Amino acid sequence: MAFNLKNKNLQKVRRHLISPRLDEFFSGVYRLYKFILEFFKQLFRPPFEMQEVARQCYEVGYRSLPLISLTGFIIGIVFTKQSRPSLQEFGASSWLPSLISIAVIRALAPLVTALIAAGKVGSNIGAELGSMKVTEQIDAMEVSATNPYKFLVVTRVLATTLMLPVLMMYTALVAMMGSYLNVHANELTSLRSFLDSGFSTISFLDIFSSIFKTMIFGFTIGIAGCYQGFNATQGTQGVGRAANAAVVASMFMIFVEEMIIVQIVNAIR
Amino acid sequence: MKRRIHIADKTQKVISIENLEKSFGTLHVLRGVDLEVFKGENVVVLGRSGTGKSVLIKIMVGLLKPDKGMVSVLGQQVDALNNNQLRQLRLKIGFSFQNSALYDSMTVRENLAFPLVRNFKQLTRKEISTATEKVLDDVGLLHTIDQMPAELSGGQRKRVGIARTLILQPEIMLYDEPTAGLDPITSLDINSLINEVQEQYHTSSIIITHDLTCARQTGDRIAMLLDGKFLTQGTFEEVFDADDERIQSFYNYNFITADETS
Ligand SMILES: Nc1ncnc2c1ncn2[C@@H]1O[C@H](COP(=O)(O)OP(=O)(O)OP(=O)(O)O)[C@@H](O)[C@H]1O
Ligand SMILES: [Mg+2]
Repeated sequence: MAFNLKNKNLQKVRRHLISPRLDEFFSGVYRLYKFILEFFKQLFRPPFEMQEVARQCYEVGYRSLPLISLTGFIIGIVFTKQSRPSLQEFGASSWLPSLISIAVIRALAPLVTALIAAGKVGSNIGAELGSMKVTEQIDAMEVSATNPYKFLVVTRVLATTLMLPVLMMYTALVAMMGSYLNVHANELTSLRSFLDSGFSTISFLDIFSSIFKTMIFGFTIGIAGCYQGFNATQGTQGVGRAANAAVVASMFMIFVEEMIIVQIVNAIR
Repeated sequence: MKRRIHIADKTQKVISIENLEKSFGTLHVLRGVDLEVFKGENVVVLGRSGTGKSVLIKIMVGLLKPDKGMVSVLGQQVDALNNNQLRQLRLKIGFSFQNSALYDSMTVRENLAFPLVRNFKQLTRKEISTATEKVLDDVGLLHTIDQMPAELSGGQRKRVGIARTLILQPEIMLYDEPTAGLDPITSLDINSLINEVQEQYHTSSIIITHDLTCARQTGDRIAMLLDGKFLTQGTFEEVFDADDERIQSFYNYNFITADETS
């Protein structure tokens, strides 16, 4: 009996490299790595599906714009309101515009834009490609001698990577507008001096790092959505799971990347 | 409709499969499949659900990799090809999917033009348009050209799916259950379409089906997949004259008589 048990365990050990779950994890990481590598291989290889890239860019913008406008505006107002009391304690409420603009451009706008896009765009990519996968549309592209990766993945990842910085700048603009309305109502600051003091503290590095950061976020959202969609299995259930996993994975990665990039930028600054 | 009879060129093999095996995990689906298809021939593959019929043709186009055995299509060993060679081979094979697999986000016209635009860059817009209209006309659905797949019926989707493969003028057609889920009349239409395609485009075909009417009308040869192998091959009569009970039950279900159901 005991011998049997031991034997069974031995067999298990032989079938897996480390443990079944870890093996699964590492082979997943490897597949993801190959998936990402394929993007850079295909990116510069013609044909370039420019029309499809444009369509996807439009989709990304169109999907997230309403929610981003609303959230950006509210964040601008709320953040201004919440920061005022502590600044007033030091008699420094004139610093409000610069505080807000730093917070918005360095952290809030990139993060809020990325999270909203992960929810709206990432889930949409995951679900769309997932349903194409389970209804064999991706296989159909492959057997008709076209490259589904090129047409579906490269275009979408390119679109999210290019559009997120644009959306981020838009979010920042809207948030600053919200903030200005609040500041104007309370401190009677003119738009001119609001902008002057707001932008005086913003450096080129701030803007550059935010743009760079949101490109990474966009890339993450696109890859996560496409990867989950391409690996969807088991019918319609799998489509929902792919959409969900795309959002969870990209949100998690966005926070991890944010942490890393902040460290790097602070070291440069 | 009368049964089609034509002559296959027995000297030219377009598909040759030897001792093919394929498993998924512990599920041993194909266990030593042998099959030959000659030029100009229609081979019908019959078999119960889950016996691996779809898996078999997916291996032929390189969508799935065989575990063991030799798969040669148009003289090329499929699992040994590099990406570019595989692409060239796939251009010569039309694959009609079990569920049509039309691209949901594109119109019928865009569906048809999709492989053409990407594989033949020298074609002008006008040539593509002409080719699209011609194949769509061949399957009798020219009027749906600007519709979305979601607006089509199951039978129309099947036809558009077939048209989408015809546009590349394949040498081999692989039909995965072309009549599944269709009413008997529409099924007959599809059967004659398969035969018309064969005559017009001079293709060799593999037709997977459960539908014995389809098998009888389109097949020159029937191959029955049982337990992961082709047990019997032959003409319709040869196969169904066999004593094997599993073959007989397949037959009886399809041609169940009125007093048996009452
Ligand atoms: N990619 C895959 N991964 C795992 N299992 C698979 C895969 N493709 C097919 N199978 C399994 O292989 C078996 C045969 O599948 P296949 O689709 O070839 O059946 P079929 O003969 O076409 O049946 P049907 O007539 O219902 O279409 C099934 O049990 C299926 O679950
Ligand atoms: Mg099948």
